Amino acid sequence: MTVAVNSSQAGEPVFYLADEHPHPEGYSTSLGFWIYLMSDCLIFAMLFAAFGVLGANYAAGPAPKDLFDLDLVAVNTSMLLLSSITYGFAMLTMQQNKVAQTQMWLAITGLFGLAFIGIELTEFAHMIHEGATPQRSAFLSAFFTLVGTHGLHVSCGLIWLVTLMVQVQKFGLIEANRRRLMCLSMFWHFLDVVWIGVFTFVYLLGVLR
Amino acid sequence: MNTDTHAAGAHDHHHDDGHAHSTFSGYMLGFVLSVVLTAIPFWLVMSGTLPSKQITALVIMAFAIVQIVVHMIYFLHMSPKSENGWTMMALIFTIVMVVIALSGSLWVMNHLNSNMMPMHEMTGMK
Amino acid sequence: MSPDLLKLIFGRLGIESLPLHEPIVVGTFVMVALGGATLLAGLTYFRLWGYLWREWFTTVDHKRIGIMYMILGIVMLLRGFADALMMRGQQMLAFGGSEGYLNAHHYDQVFTAHGVIMIFFVAMPLVTGLMNYVVPLQIGARDVSFPFLNNFSFWMTVGGAVLVMASLFIGEFARTGWLAYPPLSNIGYSPDVGVDYYIWALQVAGVGTTLSGINLICTIVKLRCPGMTMMKMPVFTWTSLCTNILIVASFPVLTVVLALLSLDRYVGTNFFTNDFGGSPMMYVNLIWIWGHPEVYILVLPAFGIFSEVTSTFSGKRLFGYTSMVYATVVITILSYLVWLHHFFTMGSGASVNSFFGITTMIISIPTGAKMFNWLFTMYRGRIRYELPMMWTIAFMLTFVLGGMTGVLLAVPPADFVLHNSLFLIAHFHNVIIGGVVFGAFAGINYWFPKAFGFKLDVFWGKLSFWFWVVGFYLAFMPLYVLGLMGVTRRLRVFDDPSLQIWFVIAAIGAFLVFLGILSMLMQFAVSFLKREQLKDVTGDPWDARTLEWATSSPPPDYNFAFTPVVHDNDAWWDMKRRGYQRPLTGFKPIHMPSSTGTGIILAGFATAMGFGLIWYIWWLAAASFIAMLVVGIGHTFNYHRDFDIPADDVIRTEDARTKLLAGAK
Repeated sequence: MTVAVNSSQAGEPVFYLADEHPHPEGYSTSLGFWIYLMSDCLIFAMLFAAFGVLGANYAAGPAPKDLFDLDLVAVNTSMLLLSSITYGFAMLTMQQNKVAQTQMWLAITGLFGLAFIGIELTEFAHMIHEGATPQRSAFLSAFFTLVGTHGLHVSCGLIWLVTLMVQVQKFGLIEANRRRLMCLSMFWHFLDVVWIGVFTFVYLLGVLR
Repeated sequence: MNTDTHAAGAHDHHHDDGHAHSTFSGYMLGFVLSVVLTAIPFWLVMSGTLPSKQITALVIMAFAIVQIVVHMIYFLHMSPKSENGWTMMALIFTIVMVVIALSGSLWVMNHLNSNMMPMHEMTGMK
Repeated sequence: MSPDLLKLIFGRLGIESLPLHEPIVVGTFVMVALGGATLLAGLTYFRLWGYLWREWFTTVDHKRIGIMYMILGIVMLLRGFADALMMRGQQMLAFGGSEGYLNAHHYDQVFTAHGVIMIFFVAMPLVTGLMNYVVPLQIGARDVSFPFLNNFSFWMTVGGAVLVMASLFIGEFARTGWLAYPPLSNIGYSPDVGVDYYIWALQVAGVGTTLSGINLICTIVKLRCPGMTMMKMPVFTWTSLCTNILIVASFPVLTVVLALLSLDRYVGTNFFTNDFGGSPMMYVNLIWIWGHPEVYILVLPAFGIFSEVTSTFSGKRLFGYTSMVYATVVITILSYLVWLHHFFTMGSGASVNSFFGITTMIISIPTGAKMFNWLFTMYRGRIRYELPMMWTIAFMLTFVLGGMTGVLLAVPPADFVLHNSLFLIAHFHNVIIGGVVFGAFAGINYWFPKAFGFKLDVFWGKLSFWFWVVGFYLAFMPLYVLGLMGVTRRLRVFDDPSLQIWFVIAAIGAFLVFLGILSMLMQFAVSFLKREQLKDVTGDPWDARTLEWATSSPPPDYNFAFTPVVHDNDAWWDMKRRGYQRPLTGFKPIHMPSSTGTGIILAGFATAMGFGLIWYIWWLAAASFIAMLVVGIGHTFNYHRDFDIPADDVIRTEDARTKLLAGAK
């Protein structure tokens, strides 16, 4: 075996830490949250798989070309992109300890997120109105589930965002709140990454088909 | 084999959550890149500039992959160093799993369809 | 009251939902109700509720949560095994025009419940419980990374178990087989609550399993004590790490596939229907992407247990530690590349089938390597045949047999003959009982003195061992024979009288296993009564090698008064050899997480929500969901989640141990 890693000066092996410091609070949080995101990533992967396998089964119903309005999708995508950069600004102002500005950027992020959800719901309502319901074909089932799950995640992110704003207001930018803001940042940017997959594989490739 | 002696150093308390180094220029660069990488695929599909659909499809998929990498670096601050490489390891493992499950499902189900689907339905598809 | 109002309040739950027409179920209900009432009365009489709530239900101590997982697993084993006995009885009797004693409606629920319970609520809790208990001790940590989450995960698992148990007396369980394949599980063919019970029980428990997986990965990655590099981790910790990686990477798939099935059932989407472009085979494909790794989730920790036991009871360092680690990692990755071998017959072409056939055969190579490592560890060792070692030997013999029939099934042409036959049933019971169950029993016998401070009784342990092993072979070898003769699984009645003798032998085997389970319960009772005789004061009753044996039995709340420093794979062995002196002074306050009732409350609401969704009681589902949100968010407003154990308390605990150790000498 290798030589002892920790020895006292006399060369006696050390078998315990006489003077130890506990792990700081939230020592494992960012890794734990990242692993959670990875498991969420697999949830989306399976929904993409379902869409990939069933996405061409229109059952004589409407196809992507008849349904998707790429202008609207482009607007929606820009909402999410803008919310990402504003969240980034929130993180930067948080690093500088500016509570009011952090709150402002968080609020702007929330508004962009809300706009995203609003546009998506409008799109859904429009499709359902035209008879393209989730029940119409396997393609539509897979489409609504995949895009809807992403939207659900964004909505959860919004609830979380509001909670955090309340907590920052109440307790300030304390260590615990910074950690939480950082986790939400990862969550928010992760949803952005998923959306890249959605607009490429569902919308753009769908229209191409 | 002791690639991560540091991981075991529980008394090793320097603050390294891999997220402390975000900068304004980093976010802006990421944002500009992602806007460009989003706009081009949309434009390609909406205008139909490229001669064939297959080429367009391949190009926009390539753009998607590049954009995902951009987001990972500039927004999610991925680096091989954060958490002693564990986040990167988790990411790579997840990508491998996603690729296996996605491509496997597509392969298996396509194979099934081409083997088991009645002929008249196969011609009716697409 | 008007029917509309009743429907609003009770959904589709009505008096006719209670299975009053099934005498067997009513009898069971009466017994369970009487037993339950006695238990509750006893708890109230002895004023134990407060103690249970404070010390157990709300605890965040990984050791107590681990013990609660084990209790859950053993209780559910009794239920799952009752189902097994009923099936064996039915198949033994239903010959020559006899219908047996179970009608089809009941029998179909029995075999579904047996599979679901044994995998999700017996094997999983036993494995998770052992990992929860042992891993933090083995890596010299004070608790897991996220102690509150640990408590919550446990109660979610319990919530799932509660839903499955409720289905026995309120409504019915699924009649679809344990994986609920559509189109049979779709609303058209299973309009009743059975499949909904199945879906929501697994979803609720699945959340708990995934979170506990994340938790244990973080624990192993972040909380190892100084000096413990990855390649100095005990093998059980390694296999736990790989198992939890598999959990995190596969349970989301189960979540998705069950969610899609529930959308089909509740909303009317067309994922797995036969119409409108749906594909039932997609369900089979997706669920096995989860299902195959699940098998390794169960068996990898068992491999870890056998490694610890073999090395301890042979008095030798584990042979081929590095190859053991690599074999585990390779199995982890390969387990994702074999899922199609569960449905070779679905109609994919030769290229798909041969790819998955070959990957399946490849998996036997690292597993075989492990087998040789254990054999070489025993070779020229001073082997002590204590109970854990006996289970390990039984495992090695039984598992090799099961592994070989597995390789046989991996050959696609052979699988076309044996698919869904009793040969398959015999195979997977051979590996799951021989691997996972024997592993859990080895682990229980091995770590019981650590958890409770006294060893388990040897006489009843040996009795249980022999009943189990002999019973297992008698119960499942006939199934291999029947499978080769072409008998398929899940049959309720038989025409050919020449088959009956094999089913009779199998039923005798099952009865012997039943005696084995009873002996095990006796073993616990007798050991408790003889606890003074069987007492372990040293904390190291087996002369073992890893860090969990360095602390007292049972360990104090804080596990180690000082965080250990590790220099060797067999850390405790190294400490003993190099004259480690237990520190007697210099104790300091220790920072620990505080208990919280939020976990059990959240899980309670989740279970209520599941119940509401099963019975279409929408107000209950919505109210529980909102309650979950409120409680969950409310919990995040509590920023003070830990406390310090005062130095005086630490000194008192450690002094007591010093006295105990002095008395032992």
